[in-house]
Amino acid sequence: MQEKLAKIKEEALAKLNAAGTMDTLNEIRLAYLGKKGELTEVLKGMRDVAPEERPKVGEWVNSTRKAIEERLAAAQKEIAEKALEARLKAETVDVTLPAKLPEIGHRHPNTLALEELERVFIGMGYEVVEGPEVEYDYYNFEALNIPANHPAKDEQDTFYVNDKIVLRTQTSPVQVRTMEQKKPPIRILAPGRVFRSDDVDATHSPCFNQVEGLVIDKNITFADLKGTLGQFAREMFGPETKVKFRPHHFPFTEPSAEMDVSCFKCGGKGCRMCKGSGWIEILGCGMVHPKVLRMSGIDPEAYSGFAFGIGLERITLLKYEIDDMRLLYENDERFLKQF
Amino acid sequence: MNTSYNWIKSYVPGLAAGNQEYFDKMTLSGTKVEGFAALDKNLEKIVVGRIEKLEPHPNANKLVVCQVNVGGPEPLQIVTGAPNAAEGQTVIVVLDGGKVAGDHDGHLPEEGVPIKAGALRGVPSAGMMCSVEELGFEHSYFPEAPENGIYVFPEGSNVKPGDDALAALGLHDTVFEYEITSNRVDCYSVLGIAREAAATFRLPFVPPVVPQTGNAEKASDYVSVEVKDTDLCPRYTARVVKNIKFGPSPKWMQERLRASGIRPINNLVDITNYVMEEYGQPMHAFDYDLIAGHKIVVRRAENGEKFVTLDGQERTLDDRMLMICDGEKAIGIAGIMGGENSKITDDVKTMVFESACFDGTNIRLSAKRLGLRTEASGKFEKGLDPENALAAIDRACALVEELGCGEVVGGCVDVYTKKPVPREIPFRPDWINRFLGTDISEETMLSYFPPLALEYDAARGAVKIPTFRQDLEGEADLAEEVARFYGYDNIPTTLPTGEATAGKLSYKQRVEALASDVMEYCGFSQSMNFSFESPKVWDKLRLPSDSKLRQAVTILNPLGEDYSIMRTLPLGGMLGSLATNFSRRNKNVKLYELANIYLPKALPLSELPDERRQLCFGAYGETDFFALKAAAEEFLRKAGLKDPLEYENTGEYPFLHPGRQAVIRYQETGIGYLGEVHPVTAEAFGIGERTAVAVLDLPAILPFTNLDNRHYEGLARFPAVSRDLALVMDKSMPVGSVEKMLRQRGGRLLESVQLFDVYEGAQLDEGKKSVAYSIVLRAKDRTLEEKDITGVMNKILNGLKQMGIELRS
Repeated sequence: MQEKLAKIKEEALAKLNAAGTMDTLNEIRLAYLGKKGELTEVLKGMRDVAPEERPKVGEWVNSTRKAIEERLAAAQKEIAEKALEARLKAETVDVTLPAKLPEIGHRHPNTLALEELERVFIGMGYEVVEGPEVEYDYYNFEALNIPANHPAKDEQDTFYVNDKIVLRTQTSPVQVRTMEQKKPPIRILAPGRVFRSDDVDATHSPCFNQVEGLVIDKNITFADLKGTLGQFAREMFGPETKVKFRPHHFPFTEPSAEMDVSCFKCGGKGCRMCKGSGWIEILGCGMVHPKVLRMSGIDPEAYSGFAFGIGLERITLLKYEIDDMRLLYENDERFLKQF
Repeated sequence: MNTSYNWIKSYVPGLAAGNQEYFDKMTLSGTKVEGFAALDKNLEKIVVGRIEKLEPHPNANKLVVCQVNVGGPEPLQIVTGAPNAAEGQTVIVVLDGGKVAGDHDGHLPEEGVPIKAGALRGVPSAGMMCSVEELGFEHSYFPEAPENGIYVFPEGSNVKPGDDALAALGLHDTVFEYEITSNRVDCYSVLGIAREAAATFRLPFVPPVVPQTGNAEKASDYVSVEVKDTDLCPRYTARVVKNIKFGPSPKWMQERLRASGIRPINNLVDITNYVMEEYGQPMHAFDYDLIAGHKIVVRRAENGEKFVTLDGQERTLDDRMLMICDGEKAIGIAGIMGGENSKITDDVKTMVFESACFDGTNIRLSAKRLGLRTEASGKFEKGLDPENALAAIDRACALVEELGCGEVVGGCVDVYTKKPVPREIPFRPDWINRFLGTDISEETMLSYFPPLALEYDAARGAVKIPTFRQDLEGEADLAEEVARFYGYDNIPTTLPTGEATAGKLSYKQRVEALASDVMEYCGFSQSMNFSFESPKVWDKLRLPSDSKLRQAVTILNPLGEDYSIMRTLPLGGMLGSLATNFSRRNKNVKLYELANIYLPKALPLSELPDERRQLCFGAYGETDFFALKAAAEEFLRKAGLKDPLEYENTGEYPFLHPGRQAVIRYQETGIGYLGEVHPVTAEAFGIGERTAVAVLDLPAILPFTNLDNRHYEGLARFPAVSRDLALVMDKSMPVGSVEKMLRQRGGRLLESVQLFDVYEGAQLDEGKKSVAYSIVLRAKDRTLEEKDITGVMNKILNGLKQMGIELRS
């Protein structure tokens, strides 16, 4: 009996060692351990064994079964590991093949620049507001201290709809509309389209965007204007950015200034972008003209304020180093996809 | 405005700033300098020489060999091809290693043209004799220079060999170009800029001293002046010059004019131009003998009156234009251009100088209507100071005497009807400091005023404003004068204090930002198109002639028809941009735009149009109706429109495919439309592929949106039951109607309805289609029982029956 069991064990282990697939293992398991397997048959033959011998034989059978089972489990594990290894090997990819991306659209660079600008001013407590693009002459000119027949009306090359209605030439009318409706403190940013009768070329467009800012409160000073716009410049163009204010003239601010920032390409050393000067003109600004305050129903003795106007396209072109304004309105997807 | 730096310096003695320093400081004190150009740029080692000897060249007919004295011990041998070279001439010589600005053709290379000693056809040449073109000038700026050939100093020039030739020609000067703002009329003149320069550099300002001029006669005996329309002519002054002697103007005057970009002509013309530059006051000269009745009348023209200006053009006038007339006829258009009938010729013996002040607006509008903008009208239209008119004419007469080009008649005919009222501005240093955020002493502030001719009256606590500073009106203007001379740079930088305000985007802007986000992750890139377009777009879009969308805001003065109407729908721009991409062979392009359309409430426009922000998106190539429908729904769902969206093909959009278009409704409100573009429209725009577009009207959508109130509804805790329905229905029946019924009848237990198959084909009867839905039922609070399910399903089956829809067996 013992010999028989030893033989079964030897045979089974040999087969297990030779087996190469899960299926073969399964066959071996059935052949020895299954309902009709050899070991089961031996157990069935127990009733012929003398009772006093039975525990000993039982132990032999069990140890044989255990040995086969252990070997089986080890063989299964081995084969599974080999199979996984083979699968992983087969699944090797060329990691230098192109990446796959769902096709996502792109924001227009003007919007990207505007959003950045808005982020800076929202952080300083500015509310973003809008005003009509087709505007009354009154709001676009008269209420901004540009009376009828003022040469500034020609300078700005206005598109007229009739003698009362124009396409706004600036976002400044939003200043007036806001002051008429709101009481100070006022801090607004008013982006939007404006129109001037300029032919389309690399630096001009008859339809473009401005961003107007207005602050009205008690005790607002020219120093506040400088501080605010300096902070804006550093946020927008980097912490090293320097600003320079030059006196200028706008009918609706007094004193007025133009602000230059140190060239963010060359850091002020002079390059092609800043035409060698180290400075780039960015915006016009000034203290809101007392006449404008008065016309909008705000007492210039009690309140003061500053305003600024930024040409959005100018920022966009500079920031993204775009050399032709026409690209912004052609909407060539190859251009848009670069942002 | 371009001006010689030397000219400015002559009125600001002591001004020694280099070009860059002058540029920077003037810009920072408010006289913006656009740029500057040295007249001696790229001119090096250039001296005066005299041709001592001239011999033919042994090897070349067109060349000569000169011995030129340049002040050294030995003459230099220079070979030249100049046709005008001759012995004894005093000429300009460029020495070996020197440089000139241009070649003979007037071409000016950036780095100039280096000159080296060498040999010409075998004969050594130590340098070059040069022309004014080679110095970088057009010939016409040097009237004495020969048409062709080297420059020869005229007889009597105070030069000798070896002298700096550039100094002799007045070329050690710099031309500054200023951007004068429209409020500073006074700075459109050399004197105005010089006054600013003096104030900026804190140096004395020394304007020219103008002596009394004129003989014992009286101008009023020669000519009378009558101003009929005093509203347009506050001042008219006239002086008379007789025994006119023409000749070239002196060197110093020519040099200054040249540096200002003005060609010297003759003494009288040059004086007029010189004074116009110096004082900013245009003047005109009439031939006295051609003035009928020796009388000048200033009056408005008559409508339709014809007049020939001195350029020989006939002009048609209207009754808003101001004319200068004599006793019989018009002799000039005031402030714009004189007449041919009175122009100065070489035969003139006596002339009348006019220096007047005209209404700036009137001149500007007249010049515009005439299409005739001149140097003079450009100055007048800014609104000149009438006080300046007399100062300028006296200066001109003084120059006439100084240059000896005529005999000035004594006195001046001066019709001065509207004197400017002198202005006073209260001076409150505290207020100025509060306004600027500075702490400048009163004394410092007051120190800025005298150089600007602002007079402080301590007793009245006010500043008296000179008439040439019409721009100074109130305290804020005084604050600016203080600020710019204190230095904008020296003003502190602070941040506004006071009540905090909440920075934010408006709700509408947040919805728009969401639209952008959704569009982009659906693959559409943002485009921007002009707000105006051509009315031809309407034809391309096949809009019927009576379409409301053809009622547009029209621009009176457009940049051509292509930009003449404000768009009433966003498709012109979208399809135009898609076409641009198509023509550039870009594949599968998808664009969106967020911008306004402009719908007039009534025409002609009396109130502002309705500006409606549109979300428009379109694509060609691998796209179709349903791809755009998906993007539209994605945005609307994200914006909080939770109820069913309804689509109906009403056939109302002529620019869309008749079988592939739909209006989109939400809670019975039209919120937009979409469809494939009609092939005829696509072709008209030049898009050769299947194109689909969608337009969502954001103002209509906004009331339904909900970005802020969202609530968690819990995860489903009880099992769902799924039932599939296979239906056979008429082909023409939209599946949307089935879905609507399923939702209605499914009630609260209906969790979702999903269409998973539509089939049309052989196994079905003609005109039928098979549609399969998967319906999911679920209760929130319990496991569904069989009777719940049958209840709902029976309602649905009844509904189907009522719609004439059969279950597929």
